[in-house]
Amino acid sequence: MATQHSRLAARIMVAPSVLLLFLWMIVPLLATIWFSFQNYNLLNPMLTGFAGFNNYYYFVTDVAFWGAVLHTLQIVLGVLFITVIGGIALALLLDRPFWGQGIVRVLMIAPFFVMPTVSALVWKNMFMNPVNGMFAHIAKGLGLQPYDFLAQAPLLSVILIVAWQWLPFATLILLTSLQSLDSEQMEAAEMDGAGWWSRFIYLTVPHLTRAITVVILIQTIFLLSVFAEIFVTTNGGPGTATTTITYLVYVQSLLNYDVGGGSAGGIIAVILANIVAFFVMRMIGKNLEA
Amino acid sequence: MARRVSNGQKALTTVLAWAVGLLIFFPILWTVLMSFHAEGDAIKSPFEMLSSPWTLASYGEVQERSNYTLHFFNSVVISVGSTVLALVIAIPGAWAMAFVPGRKTKDLLMWMLSTKMMPAVGVLIPMYLGFKNLGLLDTRTGLVIIMTLINLPIIIWMLYTYFKEIPGEILEAARMDGASLRSEIIHVLTPMAVPGIASTVLLNIILAWNEAFWTLQLTTHNAAPLTTFIASYSSPEGLFYAKLSAASTMAIAPILIMGWFSQKQLVRGLTFGAVK
Repeated sequence: MATQHSRLAARIMVAPSVLLLFLWMIVPLLATIWFSFQNYNLLNPMLTGFAGFNNYYYFVTDVAFWGAVLHTLQIVLGVLFITVIGGIALALLLDRPFWGQGIVRVLMIAPFFVMPTVSALVWKNMFMNPVNGMFAHIAKGLGLQPYDFLAQAPLLSVILIVAWQWLPFATLILLTSLQSLDSEQMEAAEMDGAGWWSRFIYLTVPHLTRAITVVILIQTIFLLSVFAEIFVTTNGGPGTATTTITYLVYVQSLLNYDVGGGSAGGIIAVILANIVAFFVMRMIGKNLEA
Repeated sequence: MARRVSNGQKALTTVLAWAVGLLIFFPILWTVLMSFHAEGDAIKSPFEMLSSPWTLASYGEVQERSNYTLHFFNSVVISVGSTVLALVIAIPGAWAMAFVPGRKTKDLLMWMLSTKMMPAVGVLIPMYLGFKNLGLLDTRTGLVIIMTLINLPIIIWMLYTYFKEIPGEILEAARMDGASLRSEIIHVLTPMAVPGIASTVLLNIILAWNEAFWTLQLTTHNAAPLTTFIASYSSPEGLFYAKLSAASTMAIAPILIMGWFSQKQLVRGLTFGAVK
């Protein structure tokens, strides 16, 4: 089939992409590893030289570190929980026949196209603000004390904002998958007397497994590095209540000018992401084989 | 075919689905409504705001406060520029992997995907320092380079899945008729691949337009796209609801419209062809 000639041509055509991605992956990563073992602080140019594992030691023993790991996991798991459960419920609803399907789909998918800085600021100011926000107005209307979301439940508020952005994505993917479900099989099951619940558990859920897998995988990749939403709403606070690993590295390197320490943090973030990716891939690897 | 559904059931589903749809869309709707009111009215209670006079003043003030047109232009240049650049690099590669697959092609594709899993903070510092030394901080060129690299894997994957669906026999036939590799790509493949390429372009412009890690880190003013510009409203000084609404509305409107057109391809593109 393919000749020697076309194989060579194919290699040449793939080469630029491979080369660029290889450079993009390897060169900065090696540089980060190198910096992470150096004493390198832009505020203290006198301090130089090999640092051993000091940068790692200081990063891991930073008071904010374990909290940051926890917050990162809480955001990933919290958003996954809301979007997968909510997405399945919404997909089941939107899969049923109703008037205005096209318009409702358009309304529902919209949050996914809103840039993170806009959605975070809209939620923060127009909705969660304890004085002028919509929720505060509603609370006052009901004679209740307004709740200061970002001060009293900062992490949950961030999770809700991020979940609002990703719920449409999960719903759309699950809905697409649902629409390819064999309706004859469903009818057969119905005629055999299978109730709604057992049809859902034995037919719908197995059919959706692959789509759920994909939703979890892709969202995990993006959620591990949530940044803008935290940056514009809480700045990692109050205190360090919403500081994630990504945010901690940003603070260390670009706010504290500690190149060595920030680099160590970056490498730790890479390792953590790989551990999570390994488990996620393994957990769901089989589903993607087919 | 379709299961029979009584009108009553359909009406119930309609009410529920519209309620949920409007609820999810509400924050965007509210932002747009707020943008048409005066600053003093925007912070009043919802009913007072809606009954206050409508005005376009906020849109003018956004431009006065900061050079909105510049940031909009930056967003366009960065998202379109990086998408076109990545496309030029990716098309030959995706073509080759789809039509002349080798034993390693699957591994290569998986490896490309895995580059997306690297957290950005892992390479933030060298990129920042490197950009600083090269004078690329706060430049459109710098951001186009970054965006090209981060979206390249997705573009290759999307193109690959689209190219895969083009029957190989057609290319064989063209080859039999003596078409060279060049003319095969230009005259046979490209016309068939245009729909796939179009949706790839659309989706990647959307992703690049909304990217908010590198844009926030690497730009301050001159090359700042809308993501960075909007973030400047997070300071207490910028806490002006009507202006924030106007700026937000203008920032999301073009992408919302493009997004609605591309929603069918979105699923496929973002799942790397795993869900169609």
